[in-house]
Amino acid sequence: MSAVLPGGSSSPIFGPKERSILFDPVLLNNPIGVQVLGICSALAITTSVAKALVMSAGVMMVGMLASLAVSLVRERTPASIRIIVQLAIIASLVIVFDQILKATLYELSLELSVFVGLIITNCIVLGRAEGFAMSNPPWRSALDGLGNGLGYALVLVVVAFLRELLGAGKVLGLTILPLVKNGGWYEPNGMMLLAPSALFIIGLLIWALRTWKPQLQEKD
Amino acid sequence: MSETRARDVNSTRHTLVFATIVCVVCAALVSVAAVTLKPAQQANALLYKEKNVLLAAGLIEPGDKIGTTEVEAIFKRSIRPRLVDLASGELLPEGAQDARRFDQRAARNDPATSRVAPENAAGIRRLPHQGVVYFISKDGAVDQIVIPIEGLGMWGTIYGFMSLDSDGNTIRGLTYYDQRETPGLGGEIANPAWQALWRGRKAYNEQWDVGIQVIKGTAGPPDVDPMRVDGLSGSTITSKAVNHLVQFWLGPQGYGKFLKNLREGMKL
Repeated sequence: MSAVLPGGSSSPIFGPKERSILFDPVLLNNPIGVQVLGICSALAITTSVAKALVMSAGVMMVGMLASLAVSLVRERTPASIRIIVQLAIIASLVIVFDQILKATLYELSLELSVFVGLIITNCIVLGRAEGFAMSNPPWRSALDGLGNGLGYALVLVVVAFLRELLGAGKVLGLTILPLVKNGGWYEPNGMMLLAPSALFIIGLLIWALRTWKPQLQEKD
Repeated sequence: MSETRARDVNSTRHTLVFATIVCVVCAALVSVAAVTLKPAQQANALLYKEKNVLLAAGLIEPGDKIGTTEVEAIFKRSIRPRLVDLASGELLPEGAQDARRFDQRAARNDPATSRVAPENAAGIRRLPHQGVVYFISKDGAVDQIVIPIEGLGMWGTIYGFMSLDSDGNTIRGLTYYDQRETPGLGGEIANPAWQALWRGRKAYNEQWDVGIQVIKGTAGPPDVDPMRVDGLSGSTITSKAVNHLVQFWLGPQGYGKFLKNLREGMKL
């Protein structure tokens, strides 16, 4: 871990600090589980694993590039317009991602419909841009954006896995539990397909995470 | 020195210049992406639509992974898109317009190629003057006719295709390819198992009025109960919407006149 940035900077490319920036948000400081950010989209698009994966890819890409870009211009950004500058950067990246999706995974993009556009308002992306990238160097900011995207992705995929399995008897569109209406034996849990179920699952995940890592519990 | 720098960065002049640069760079990024990816997106949209024509006609199965080349081959071999004047039910001369690339959604939004729809239960506001039909041939003769259908569902417009036998009456297949109904409830209209219930039923009654309807509960098999289809439990609004939109497009405002001409031996 003694790799040094070209140009002679003494900051390592992937030292312990960088590692913790990238991996802490995956579990210990999970944006959904601990910071309770980005809940809105986590409820909306977790009815199937495929949707969750695409949405995660979007948030990871946008989060990383937005933090990188915001950090690159942070010293030139006037304080009075910094939020709108961050939003302009994020919105542009989201539109680009949406365009790429429509050009490659067209049928999934139809299912995700408005939710890709709503990455713009995802509190995680803006939160990391304002809270971290505005005061940290570009490489670390990019890692932080990616790490938070990964943490979001982890929760999204777990929730989507449970909802798709219990609600539709499938995982990634492959039938695991054959449904009664298609001649199988499994009577699906209809609530799993509606938004409230995601709230219950995320609640249980937060509970599990805080039981496993008691240091996350707030003292009251 | 850092203080001077902070003041510079926050000066009105720098703020304006910075904002302009950010806007120009972001706009350039978005424009480049939109322009370069547009051909691929349009090709995808057309492929998706045409795959659903094939699905409605039962030429491919749900879940089949097929690409542009296969769709192209099937279209070349056995599918002929034509345009119909909806008011008269007459076919437009072949080659007058590229029927395959005809955008019916754009046509119904353009005042030059559409009119305000008469009062209807399907929630259709504008009606195009012309509509597309796909003739599916088998062994050299027309075997099926696929027509596009659309109407207002619970959360948005439902788009689909319906395939009718060359007798202009027997339903051969149905797909909904663009819909926003509640997943698991109304969204079940996209379930191939439910769509299969339509197969073999009759669109019209003895008086050649639209007879097919979506009912609450379970209908019998097509040979004994030919004009009724099971509604979806837990989604009254979507079931009603599907009922109305199918009836509308089979009716005189939709493709009814064309199908009547077809039954009376119109030259294709």
